[in-house]
Amino acid sequence: MAKVLVVTSGKGGVGKTTSTAALGATLAQRGEKVVVVDFDVGLRNLDLILGAERRVVFDFINVVQGVANLSQALIRDKRLEHLWLLPASQTRDKDALTEEGVSMIIAELRTKFDWIICDSPAGIERGATLAMRFADEAVIVTNPEVSSVRDSDRIIGMLDSKTVKAEQGEQVRKHLLITRFDTARAARGEMLSIDDVLEILATPLLGIIPESQDVLRASNVGSPVTLNDASSAPARAYIDATRRLMGETVPMIVPVARKGLMNRLLGRRAA
Amino acid sequence: MDAMARPKRKPVRMRGRSYVAYVFCPAVPILGWLEEIDSTLRQSPGFFVGKPVVLDLSAVDLSCNAIAQLVVSLEQRNIRILGIEGVDAARLTSSLPPLLTGGRNCMVPSSEPKKRETKPKPASLLLDGQVRSGQSIVFPDGDVTVVGSVSSGAEIVAGGSIHIYGTLRGRAMAGVNGNPAARIYCQKIEAELLAIDGYYRTAEEIDARLCDRPTQVWLEGDIVHITPLN
Repeated sequence: MAKVLVVTSGKGGVGKTTSTAALGATLAQRGEKVVVVDFDVGLRNLDLILGAERRVVFDFINVVQGVANLSQALIRDKRLEHLWLLPASQTRDKDALTEEGVSMIIAELRTKFDWIICDSPAGIERGATLAMRFADEAVIVTNPEVSSVRDSDRIIGMLDSKTVKAEQGEQVRKHLLITRFDTARAARGEMLSIDDVLEILATPLLGIIPESQDVLRASNVGSPVTLNDASSAPARAYIDATRRLMGETVPMIVPVARKGLMNRLLGRRAA
Repeated sequence: MDAMARPKRKPVRMRGRSYVAYVFCPAVPILGWLEEIDSTLRQSPGFFVGKPVVLDLSAVDLSCNAIAQLVVSLEQRNIRILGIEGVDAARLTSSLPPLLTGGRNCMVPSSEPKKRETKPKPASLLLDGQVRSGQSIVFPDGDVTVVGSVSSGAEIVAGGSIHIYGTLRGRAMAGVNGNPAARIYCQKIEAELLAIDGYYRTAEEIDARLCDRPTQVWLEGDIVHITPLN
């Protein structure tokens, strides 16, 4: 049965689009049929991260307005045959989204794919509420900073009240993905700890993605970080997170700063 | 001359108006009948308050004293008698309600006391789970209990006290309808704002040493006290 997954956060710049691309690509690599849908009408980015920006002809809004049909707007990834993109319109704004239009497209995508991953725009306005509206599950992307955590908390409240599932008395299954976790700053106590974040948000943890130059490098070449260098630390963390999303039990690893040679030699003090 | 000096007066204008009155028909023994009235009143006190009641004594034969006593016993039950019918005018003294005649039967909205239709409003609100940032819980009718934490940016407004079995990180306003006896309890306090009956304290004025422990907030005069629970 198809699952609609929304990747959301409230705050901007925390890594929603990066996470959407990485989770989508990893699911597709594992044989799931995946479509990633960009809800950021007017400020689309997902096409860039996936390296599909030069192949966009029709978009989400065209389909809603009946200018194109869904199969014309869907773009297949060049590297992964199971990964598809439904791009947002760059020339319109979020008012072009309607609940009926989104509902219609999601219903049609449900018949064709195993996973429909909705990349939510930042904020709590129309774009974000419609991205989460029909979700079965949600990945809440949070940085270990107070502002990001509070915005995520607000979004969790909305997932529990403004989605179709919530209105039917059911629950959207929620997962917390902590991104941009800076091991050096964590060691110095300059960030909220994982425990603090979990205590405040009271939501099951899906994964911890370390802050890394690999993420930037991958998006510069238009590739999900998991495809660009699967052995990099963020890629491994995303792959683990995807396996948890698929129901596997994978032990959680909190990233730690690599110690220097002297630290490793003299790291443990005798009792 | 006399008649000329008097100012011209219009005759007093009278208007006719009819009311529907409840008619009581006491039966012997009078004490047993009064018990019936009492049981009616127990089910709905105040049922007869403000309603005209007439006593029909045609079924019983009571002396002047007995009538006076009956009227008094009804008055003790807060039932005032508008008039009496079905009795000889000679048996009524001037201190008793007047004799009425010419009453006609009509439909009364069922004289059976109405069952209480509405359940009494619950005096407390229980929230099972976390109150998230941006949510506002307003319950002016009584206490609010939260089994979970209240996030930064969330607010709880209660007419009574607020009980939080978790960390209070948002705002809590108790006793908003003018109840200075209301209190706020929480397992851990990192509140943004605390208020009782309009007197408030912001986060800056909360002693940091109180964090991390169960706390109660209460009002004495116009001072908001924040004290550890144990």
